[in-house]
Amino acid sequence: MSRRRTVATWTTAVLAAATLASCADSQRDGEGDSGGGSGGDEGTFVFGAAGAPEMFDPYYATDGETFRITRQMFEGLLGIEPGSAEVVPELATEWEPNEDGTEWTFTLRDDVTFHDGEPFNAEAVCYNFERMFDQNEAGRVAAEYWGYVMGAYADDADNSLYQGCEATGEFEAVVSIKGPTSGFPTMLTLESLSMQSPKALEEGDANGIAAEGEGFTFPAYADSPVGTGPFTFGEYDEANGEITLERNDDYWGEQALSSEIVFRVIPDESTRRQELEAGSINGYDLPNPVDWAGLEEEGNSVEVRDPFNILYLGLNPEANPQLKDLKVRQAIYHALNREQLVQSQLPEGAAVATQFMPDTVSGYNTSIEPYAYDPDEAKRLLAEAGAEGMTLEFAYPTEVTRPYMPDPEKIYEALRTDLEAVGIKVKVASASWNGGYLDNVSGEPGKYDAYILGWTGDYDSAYNFIGTFFGNLKDNDFGTDAMPWGKQLADDLKEADAIVDEAERGAAFEKINAQIMEEYLPGLPISHSPPALVVGPGVEGVTPSPLTAEEFDTVTVGGE
Amino acid sequence: MLRFVLRRLLQMILVVLALSMLLFGWLRSLPGGPVSAILGERQTTERREALEIALGLDQPLPVQYLKFMDRAVHGNFGTSTKVLPGEDALVVFWSRLPATVELTLLALVIAITLGIPLGYIAARRVGSLTDTTAVIFSLVGVAVPVFFTAFLLKYFFAVEWQVLPVSGRQSTGLDATQVTGMFVLDGVLTREWDASWDALKHLILPAVALATIPFSVIFRITRASVLDVLDEDYVRTAEAKGLTARVIRGRHVLRNAMLPVVTTIGLQVGGLLAGAILTETVFSYRGVGDALATSFREKDYAVLQVLILATAVIFVLVNLVVDIAYAVLDPRIRTR
Repeated sequence: MSRRRTVATWTTAVLAAATLASCADSQRDGEGDSGGGSGGDEGTFVFGAAGAPEMFDPYYATDGETFRITRQMFEGLLGIEPGSAEVVPELATEWEPNEDGTEWTFTLRDDVTFHDGEPFNAEAVCYNFERMFDQNEAGRVAAEYWGYVMGAYADDADNSLYQGCEATGEFEAVVSIKGPTSGFPTMLTLESLSMQSPKALEEGDANGIAAEGEGFTFPAYADSPVGTGPFTFGEYDEANGEITLERNDDYWGEQALSSEIVFRVIPDESTRRQELEAGSINGYDLPNPVDWAGLEEEGNSVEVRDPFNILYLGLNPEANPQLKDLKVRQAIYHALNREQLVQSQLPEGAAVATQFMPDTVSGYNTSIEPYAYDPDEAKRLLAEAGAEGMTLEFAYPTEVTRPYMPDPEKIYEALRTDLEAVGIKVKVASASWNGGYLDNVSGEPGKYDAYILGWTGDYDSAYNFIGTFFGNLKDNDFGTDAMPWGKQLADDLKEADAIVDEAERGAAFEKINAQIMEEYLPGLPISHSPPALVVGPGVEGVTPSPLTAEEFDTVTVGGE
Repeated sequence: MLRFVLRRLLQMILVVLALSMLLFGWLRSLPGGPVSAILGERQTTERREALEIALGLDQPLPVQYLKFMDRAVHGNFGTSTKVLPGEDALVVFWSRLPATVELTLLALVIAITLGIPLGYIAARRVGSLTDTTAVIFSLVGVAVPVFFTAFLLKYFFAVEWQVLPVSGRQSTGLDATQVTGMFVLDGVLTREWDASWDALKHLILPAVALATIPFSVIFRITRASVLDVLDEDYVRTAEAKGLTARVIRGRHVLRNAMLPVVTTIGLQVGGLLAGAILTETVFSYRGVGDALATSFREKDYAVLQVLILATAVIFVLVNLVVDIAYAVLDPRIRTR
């Protein structure tokens, strides 16, 4: 039967292929663009990212992988000094509060234009604030950071920290807030609150977010962001997992040294390392601490960030009433050999914590003595409290690493061994990070008696640490609601946060820190751990940021 | 034949419907969910509830399922929360499919072109050095986990000798035109030969890693099957009739020995799709498998549902094709 049919089939196939070929024209920009070799192309910095970005409008973004990219394209009114958490001028050159700290006058740079050529001025600033404030139902849930720092949106204006913005001059804007707080204006360093081009926001229907079918759909703007930063958006090649940013030649400040940054999504850590070894990427984030020495030996440089985080052992008296006794909580603390934990389980540069914030945050109390490792004292306190042989359901998360805990299971094992050594019966519990752990910890009431968790600061603010932990009485992971001092602590925190004078505010937070550690002990601060990033040979100009807010405009990629 | 195909397609629809229901319930009964994945440490009861309401996850399961079906009938399979936030889950699937098709096709080609001839040769020379060596290799192929094979391949070919790329689908800065999403083909279609070659180089290691298990299985089945057939009376009869060795090999031995092999290949496609999850993850190869791994880790319900259902459809379709091929190979089945 078949010879004729076979011939026909093949003819059809060849014709089809030819037709296809004729409609598929090359869309390359020009010849000679195909380096083929990847990293090491002159002027291109290729960075291995652990995950894909969510979208490119930082206002709705929630994760570090997105912010790392948008940070190169956007700027805020306030910036962060590279290598520290210190607030410095960025798009605003000066800012001044009125007497009661409710109106802030920002003097703006007069030489800035957005990537689309639109001028940056006071009107643009107010447009941005109003855009962030006035969100639809979906936007109000999705815009996590605004909700987090401002508390509410236009529909609930009375409860919002932000009250309004007025352009009082071409380059002078006044932002009104409900009451003074330590977070303002420091929060304007947040990537989510960056300034974006009003024209582009308008044209791309930037606020047109919608909740649809178990997720949010984003407007066109989210794929074509326009900021003022040293890099402009190039393209997102989804099929290859590559995001390309191009140098902004009209940048108001010093021009970026690399002409291009490429972010390559490489979820697997060992693959990122192999890519660096093969020279096809120039750097990546969060190398496994175990690899640090080996990476250095191979000629790479491991850039260690100053720790801006806290790992703690959370205690939940709502789940285990025995924990309501201060002696029991102190006993648990004395039982932990944190010095050894830091040395054996955490990377170089990690430190034992004496309170719930790192020492770079204003409000840190230097006079607090760390709880000593003292198993005998722990046993004595347990006996005094009548809690010898108590059972503690103690949990850790799986399928996750965080900057403050590179290997949760190992940290947990060390802590568990210490607890068992003083006679506490540990009931082991675990769940995957996205698979119930966070739900169990932060549910009301939380499910576990004790757990490990931590926090990386968003900006230099004591309230961003201890306010997050204990400031919300009804809804916090430490069950302070069940403690007689819980309300007092929450009130004190809010009061301290509202002090306008910086020095006075710092002193108030120092006092609260001492109280937390000496009188309340709602949880046990364990350690601060430095996350790192690594760059290959020949890469210069990376300044590691405690806030993981590295800016790549100063990076150069030399030959090997 | 047509009725057979139609019946199978109808069965497939029922299978997919039942699977969608099971999957829907199963995913949502797992602890955690997209809300934890989105909120992370910032999670509080208040924020979690607000997000659950916005995403419709606070409603009873049957209601959620009916809404899902209602949308699905209208061609909307839900919105991705993490893999490609904001995108329709079906679009995510279609955009990832070409990569996986390219990868599995090459892996299958490698497995078949090595497995069948080697199996045949091994069977013809049972007990020889060739046979023993091949058998040992196939055992190793089945026994060693894909991620380990992948790691070794990457270490030697990409890091030590630097002859092939470590991961990804195409080199940075290549600026290749994308037409079908299958990059090797795209390079041919647009006559960007360097892009095609580059994509092929990126394909080799993952395809070899992915091919190890199907190769071993195909090899062993071919070998066993040829051994069986060689022992059949009709082969002896053919020899007695004085047919040439070539005719006996082609018309009697191979054709008959191929029946179980074809079935195996069909089943292996399912295995390839599963293997693609691991292989694509360790090679940062952005196909369906990589998306599946990400969506599971981040509890991206919509994407997870679509990918699993679509994979099931592909599996059923491939096996339908295998059954048809079977009928072509074996006239006895056609007449039934």
